[in-house]
Amino acid sequence: MWEYTDKVREHFMNPRNVGEIPDADGIGEVGSLACGDALKLFIKLGPDGKIADAKFKTFGCASAIASSSALTEMIKGLTLDQAEKISNEDIAQELGGLPKEKMHCSVMGREALEAAIANYRGIPIPMAQGEVVCECFGVTDLEIRRAIHESKLKSVEEITNFTKAGGGCGRCHERLEEILREERQESKAEPAAEPAKKLTNIQKIKMIEELFEREIRPALRKDGGDIELVDLDGDFVTVALRGACVTCKKSKLTLKEYVEKKLREQVLDSLIVEEAR
Amino acid sequence: MADQPPVIYLDNNATTKVDPAVLEAMLPYFGELYGNPSSMHSFGGQVGRTLATARQQVASLIGATAEEIVFTSCGTESDSTAILAALQAFPEKRHIVTTRVEHPAVKHLCEHLDRLTGHKHRVTKLPVDRDGLLDLEQYEAALNDDTAVVSVMWANNETGVLFPVEEMAKIAKSRGVLFHTDAVQAVGKIPINMAESAIDLLSISGHKLHAPKGVGALYVRKGAPFAPLIIGGHQEKGRRGGTENVTSIIGLGQACELAAARLEEENSRVRQLRDKLEEGLLSQIPNAILNGHKEQRLPNTTNISFEYVEGESILLHLDQYGICASSGSACTSGSLEPSHVLRAMGVPFTAAHGSVRLSLSVFNTEEEIDYVIAKMPGIIAKLREMSPFWQSSHQGSVGGTGCRCECS
Repeated sequence: MWEYTDKVREHFMNPRNVGEIPDADGIGEVGSLACGDALKLFIKLGPDGKIADAKFKTFGCASAIASSSALTEMIKGLTLDQAEKISNEDIAQELGGLPKEKMHCSVMGREALEAAIANYRGIPIPMAQGEVVCECFGVTDLEIRRAIHESKLKSVEEITNFTKAGGGCGRCHERLEEILREERQESKAEPAAEPAKKLTNIQKIKMIEELFEREIRPALRKDGGDIELVDLDGDFVTVALRGACVTCKKSKLTLKEYVEKKLREQVLDSLIVEEAR
Repeated sequence: MADQPPVIYLDNNATTKVDPAVLEAMLPYFGELYGNPSSMHSFGGQVGRTLATARQQVASLIGATAEEIVFTSCGTESDSTAILAALQAFPEKRHIVTTRVEHPAVKHLCEHLDRLTGHKHRVTKLPVDRDGLLDLEQYEAALNDDTAVVSVMWANNETGVLFPVEEMAKIAKSRGVLFHTDAVQAVGKIPINMAESAIDLLSISGHKLHAPKGVGALYVRKGAPFAPLIIGGHQEKGRRGGTENVTSIIGLGQACELAAARLEEENSRVRQLRDKLEEGLLSQIPNAILNGHKEQRLPNTTNISFEYVEGESILLHLDQYGICASSGSACTSGSLEPSHVLRAMGVPFTAAHGSVRLSLSVFNTEEEIDYVIAKMPGIIAKLREMSPFWQSSHQGSVGGTGCRCECS
């Protein structure tokens, strides 16, 4: 069973603004029966140009219904310019969070809003203009690229959680990797860029050894212990403990809470430290 | 805190309540009777004798001999042991025949084997028809000289549909192929007699028949080639290393004895309750579709799709009323696609996402069934009122509202 927040449950059990607006100014429709969730959003503008009313119809799970309900509450009283700034993260946050596998429900809410605004303005749905990358769920590269940027996605699995792309037959996984690489490389130029995630084994070993020499070994030596890098296989770092660390009862804790943490912070966030047997 | 509604448990294909008599049989072995059944002293020997009784109880339920029963940790271990043992018995053969609707215990193992051996193992997954039935001619055609093992479930966990495994085993035998059946859903619900069967290997899971979770058994026909999955001590005559999960095995034995005594009730009272539930829902709720063959299935299972609504939403509403059920919808599985079983049967997306499995046990009552029949129509109506597809389905424009993918 999914761990839903009380707010998700509340919106799901008592959804606000269910229905249609017959003379809506904008209608946004996203998703499909095949995809397993779909949202039809209606917006009506007041004389002041602000969203006076919003209603929805949703086919989907608790997250999809709750996201739709929360969205309609959030956009009432906003101008279209203000409304289009609402992100999927805002919707998820409004609900007190969603399970990571269900983030695509908040994305669906955001896309329905964009589609409704585009419908009102008489322009094509922006995200639908891109190249369809995931045939199973009809997700375009534009949607994927935006999700990677906005939600700082780091893996194909995360892309799937947020956009559903890659969640079907899996044939687009290579393309998703490619897009991920392209977008992550771009973001390297940004000031807050994280270290590159594609490292060769030699690069990893070099960085690990440097960190060992610079920080970890001096710290362990203070307590009469020491550590050596034994092997590296993908993300698995095998180390051998030396000196006092060998007999220390807390050595496992040291490896996980200190050594692995340091390696993840300074080398690669997916590294796993294991002790040589 | 608001009063919690009483639990109406209709998810017995997922797991079952431990029968109070089973629990009672187990309790002394958590306490004073803690000896190791392999020990030479009489304190352990006493436990060993009870273990032997449990083995006989399991064997009796399926018409086997005690020597043919190997205790395992679960149905999945039994499945893995059976298939891997068969492959070891015929190392020169690389072909496995199974179906598209197997439980992940078999499905994922076969896929894993295929990848692990660099696609040297070929896996044929037999298709099923709209009722979830297999075509025996297709099955026969799939067998060849390279086939090492056939692994076909006896009863499908989602739809309850029964496969003709007895007949399939005979065909396999005539071709010199080992036959395994994952019978975790069938054991205790339908009569099984291994003495008159050609099945070589059969998997049992304790928690599907009112024993605890974490215990299972594998039937290994006398003389069938076998290799252990877990290698260690001499337990289970060297067929499964590791000290036995004594208390749970004693529970499994007791549960099997109870199941044998309740087979008639399962096939009469439980079946009637299931039929009443099914008819009540199908007659009161429009666009409700039965998934699976109406006759050729377990007496306790019904799988119904409610078009244009999504399964997880139905389950959560049912949960509010204390009703426990399952769904083959994508949202309940963590995947993004609905049940592989329903998809293999060609159930359209309009229905596959809104499937609900209701599985009964001997503990269910008619009042509970009446309650579910009373609550379900309102739940479906509420969700359909919210669904963008429900109204349009009556206007002939179902599916694909602004959709870029195909809605079958």
